[in-house]
Formats: sequence, structure tokens, C-alpha cells
Amino acid sequence: MKAAALPKLHKWASYYSPVNRWALKVFTRNLFVFRKTWTTNLVFNIVEPLLYLAALGAGLGMLVEDIEGMSYTQFIAPGIIATSAMWAAAAECSYDSFVRMYYQKIYHAIVATPINLEEVVTGELLYGTFKSVLSGTVIMSVVAVLGLVPSPWALLIPVVLVLNGMAFSQLAMIWTGIVPKIDNFAYFFTLVITPMFLFSGVFFPLDVLPQVLQQLAWLLPLYHIVALLRSLTLGLVSIDLLFHVLWLLVFILIIFPLPQYLMHRRLIK
Amino acid sequence: MPVIVEAQNLQKNYNGFPAVAGIDFKIQKGQCFGILGPNGAGKTTVVVMIYCFHPVSGGKLTVFGKDVNNDPRAIKKRLGVVPQENNLDLELSVRENLLIYAGYYGIKKDVAEKRAKELLYFFGLSDKAGHEVDKISGGMKRRLTIARGLIHTPDLLILDEPTTGLDPQSRRLIWEHLRQLKKKGLTLILTTHYLEEATQLCDDLIIMDKGIILEEGKPADLIKKQVGAKIVEIDIEPTHKNSLIASVQNMISGYQLAGNTLYLFIPEDETAVMKILNTSNYADAYQIRPANLEDVFLKLTGRGLSYEEVSGYESSSFAKTS
Ligand SMILES: Nc1ncnc2c1ncn2[C@@H]1O[C@H](COP(=O)(O)OP(=O)(O)O)[C@@H](O)[C@H]1O
Ligand SMILES: [Mg+2]
Repeated sequence: MKAAALPKLHKWASYYSPVNRWALKVFTRNLFVFRKTWTTNLVFNIVEPLLYLAALGAGLGMLVEDIEGMSYTQFIAPGIIATSAMWAAAAECSYDSFVRMYYQKIYHAIVATPINLEEVVTGELLYGTFKSVLSGTVIMSVVAVLGLVPSPWALLIPVVLVLNGMAFSQLAMIWTGIVPKIDNFAYFFTLVITPMFLFSGVFFPLDVLPQVLQQLAWLLPLYHIVALLRSLTLGLVSIDLLFHVLWLLVFILIIFPLPQYLMHRRLIK
Repeated sequence: MPVIVEAQNLQKNYNGFPAVAGIDFKIQKGQCFGILGPNGAGKTTVVVMIYCFHPVSGGKLTVFGKDVNNDPRAIKKRLGVVPQENNLDLELSVRENLLIYAGYYGIKKDVAEKRAKELLYFFGLSDKAGHEVDKISGGMKRRLTIARGLIHTPDLLILDEPTTGLDPQSRRLIWEHLRQLKKKGLTLILTTHYLEEATQLCDDLIIMDKGIILEEGKPADLIKKQVGAKIVEIDIEPTHKNSLIASVQNMISGYQLAGNTLYLFIPEDETAVMKILNTSNYADAYQIRPANLEDVFLKLTGRGLSYEEVSGYESSSFAKTS
């Protein structure tokens, strides 16, 4: 029994072997480029979520009564942190990765060195995660300055953002492994990211929706992120939160081999 | 001489299409090994398998004595690659391109800086070190790509069409650099469809077409064996060809007819043939030149290396008549 199970386990573990020091070199390369361009990069990432917060909080919020005892601005603030981090990862590992892979042929250049393609993909995912955590943390700081992050538990938010960043980098990278043209990312954003943005409990509590839709939301990674961030900003911490973390970890681990496989299929003939 | 690369019945299929259809070759240490052939011959496919990008579909390929299927990382550590398409990092400067690449090999920063400086100097790029890659010329980009392939002092440098698309001057400059690298003992693999490049640089070469090897050997030997020392090119009415051939038959080793041009292959000395041509009514105009690899290729395939089918092509080799 045991002897038969071991090789299987070994094969399974091999899916995760690209998480190594070679992948870190790819991450370092991207970080190096980021250091040259970070100002424009970051400004772009900050302005949009703050516009949402201003328009929806100060505008729409005037017409909406308090939700679960908090002002509308307070209600949406954690979701704005989560979504800005989601967009950052999704954009990095779709459009930006595609440009590197398809137009600049950077993947080809790196795969000619000791690094293999799976490690390149992993390095890209790590970088998408990094940008996502950075974006989310910056937004969180701004939101905190506005007094919308009352609890010190919020210091754990960057940790949750790592899960968020990884999940959305992977989802974006799956598309990068498939789409024939860069224009095709529009489908990813329209069919995956936008619904996630709208139906994960960022803008309204999900219990106003029909039961079926509420259950479907459970399948969305952003739903779990928003739940975690909202609890942490408010300090409403309970053991239930671990369940969301577990959901996200399982999601990340299960889909991890997929972008690797698809990119391999795309580039290596 | 140790063998660096060995292919045995090497094959590559892309979705069933045989891009490389069973070829054998050996590359020795210190050689400049050429793969000559027109577009689509399978040159790139051969080298990408050597640098372990695409897996082989059949046969055996070893590099540094290791099977490419088994230990790509160990192989890739020791070879430098200059791909057919430039894939420099456009977001980085000339110097940074070298440093980042050094990072992929795990080279320490101070060693990398020193090496980058030497390479930029060697390739005449020192004053461009801080420039954006986008802003340097095509020839410089190519030289930078070669420099990048040397950052980790590899034992083998693979160059896939290193001068395609460059102006003659940049091309010659690159040849000069490659000659110097060769002199230092570096083993080179060079694919090209320029016969002059192959003739000038390669010690040994294979001529490929449609995934197979047509001929192999040293450039000079190949020319001698296939066409001889010289070529006489004659403008002629195709209808007069037979009578002219008949009159020179035992002085030539073969001929080719392409359109209205007849090529006579002269094994050694052309004086006898010249005598006949000078008194012939059929040869409208002619010229003599040394034979080259293009003649070999034309003879082997009926096409020029630059690809267009030659219409009205006909070729024949005679058995030595003496
Ligand atoms: N990735 C690929 N998928 C399918 N066919 C390919 C691929 N790469 C090359 N080919 C085909 O294989 C043949 C050989 O191509 P290649 O090795 O690039 O030739 P060369 O470098 O001599 O021009 C060509 O017919 C080309 O169209
Ligand atoms: Mg090619």
C-alpha cells in the first residue's frame, strides 16, 4: 500500500517544485524593472480605487442607510482594498505577462538559461502577487488615514492579500496560457473579474440576493477575501475566518499546476 | 578532439509535420559548425533542440555527453544562445541586460559587472552601456545579444542566423567578432542561409533542406567534390545547350542549366574549355569565377539558397572520362 502511494505523492509534489530559487530569479528580474517604473505604476493603481471610494462612499453612500451598523463608506472600504489588489494581480499576469511572453519573447530568453518555463511562470506569479499586495497595502494605508480601518487586526491584511494576489495571478496566467491575441483578455475581465468585483459582497451584503446567488458567491475567491478583510478591519475576529483562509489555500494549491501546464502547452512543442 | 554535440537519427515533428527528419552529425570541441540551408530547412529546429527548448521527437541528441531529455539544466548552464529573433529586455539598458542575464546563471554581482564591462568593450558597446536597448541600431542589438550569450563564459555558443537582416558592414563586424571568439577556442554552432558567412566562418558544415542533410564536410572540400574549382557561366539559348555540352563534355565535371544561364563545372583548369568557348557560336557571353557553396546548393536542390525555384532547371554530373 505504502510503497504504491509514495511515487504518486512524489509526482504530486513535483507540480510544486517550480517554487524554488530559480523562480525567485525571475521574480527579481521583474522587481528590477519595477524599481525603474514604480512611480507611474503605483499612482495608476491608487487613483482608481480612491475614486470608487469617493464616488460610492461620499456620493451613493448619502442615499444608503447604514449596513450592519456601519456607514456605507465603512462597509465598502475593505472591499475596495481587496478589489484594487485583485485588479493589480489580474492585470499584471494577463496584459503585462502576455507582452513579456508574446511580444518581447522574454520567456524564451530566460528558458535558454538554466531556468525552465515552469519556473518562469512561477516567478511571474510571485511578482503578480507582490504587486497585488503592494497595491492593496497602499490603499489600506490611505483608507486607514481616512479613519476607515479601526482595528489593529488590520495589520494581518497584507497576509490575506498574499492569498488574494496568488489566486488572481494564477487565474490571469491561465488566460495568458490560452488567449491567441492580447485583445482576448477582454473576455477574462468581462466574464471573470468584473462579476467577481460586483458579486463578492464588496458593494452590498450578499444576503439581499436570492439564496442560489448567495451560494454561488461562495465559489468566488474574492468573496472569501472580502469577508476576511471586512472582519479584520473591524476587528470582528473569530475561528470562522480560518475557514475562509483554508478555502483560499486549497483553491491556490489546486489550480497551481494549471497555468504551468497551459504555458508549457502553448510554448513548448 | 572531444565531441560536444552528437545527433543520431535526430527527429522533430510539429503536430506530425517532420521539420527534422532523422539527421546525424557530430560537433567537435573548438569547431565552428555550420548549419546551412534556406528558410524552413529545419535549422532553428535543430538548434532549439540542442538548447533544450523543444524536446526531441525521435533519435538521440547529446550535448556535453548528456542526453537533452535527462538533464537540460546542466546542459543549459554551459551553453550560450543567440536566438534567431532578438529577445533583449527592452525595459532595461544595454548594461542591465547583461547583468540581469548574469543573475539567471547565479553569477555574483561583482563578477557579473566585471564580465559585462569586458564584453561591452569587446563588442564595441562600452559607450552605449547606459542606453536603452530600444535606441541602439540593429547591428548593436545583435552584438549585445551575442555578448549576453557569453556572460557566463559558456563552453558552446549557439548562433541562429546571427547576421540575417543586417547591413553588410554590421555583418562583417560580427564575423570579425566570431572569428576572434573562435581563435580563443570557443566552440560555435552557426545557422545561416548566407553562403559567404558559412564559407568564411565554418570549419565544418551540414547543408540542410526540408529536414534532412543533403551534404556535409568542410566548405572547400564540399565545393571541390560537388562542383570543382571553377564555374563558367554562359548565356545561352537553351536549344543550343546540347551541342555546346557535347563539345566540352570531357573537360567538365558537370553542368547546370537555370533559365538561360548554363553553368559548367570545371574540375581544375579552365584553359581547354575557354578555347572551345572562344570559337563557339553558341556561347553569347560568359564569365569565369571560383565555385562556391551556392553552386553546391543549387546543384543539390535545384534552388538558390535565397529560396526562389529556378525555372527550367536541369543538372547533370558526368563520370570522370579520363
Ligand atoms: N513551432 C512550430 N510549430 C509548427 N511548425 C513549425 C514550428 N517551428 C517551425 N515549424 C516548421 O518547421 C519547419 C522548419 O522550421 P525552422 O526550423 O524554423 O527552419 P529554418 O530555421 O531553417 O528556417 C518549417 O516548415 C516551419 O514552418
Ligand atoms: Mg530559422
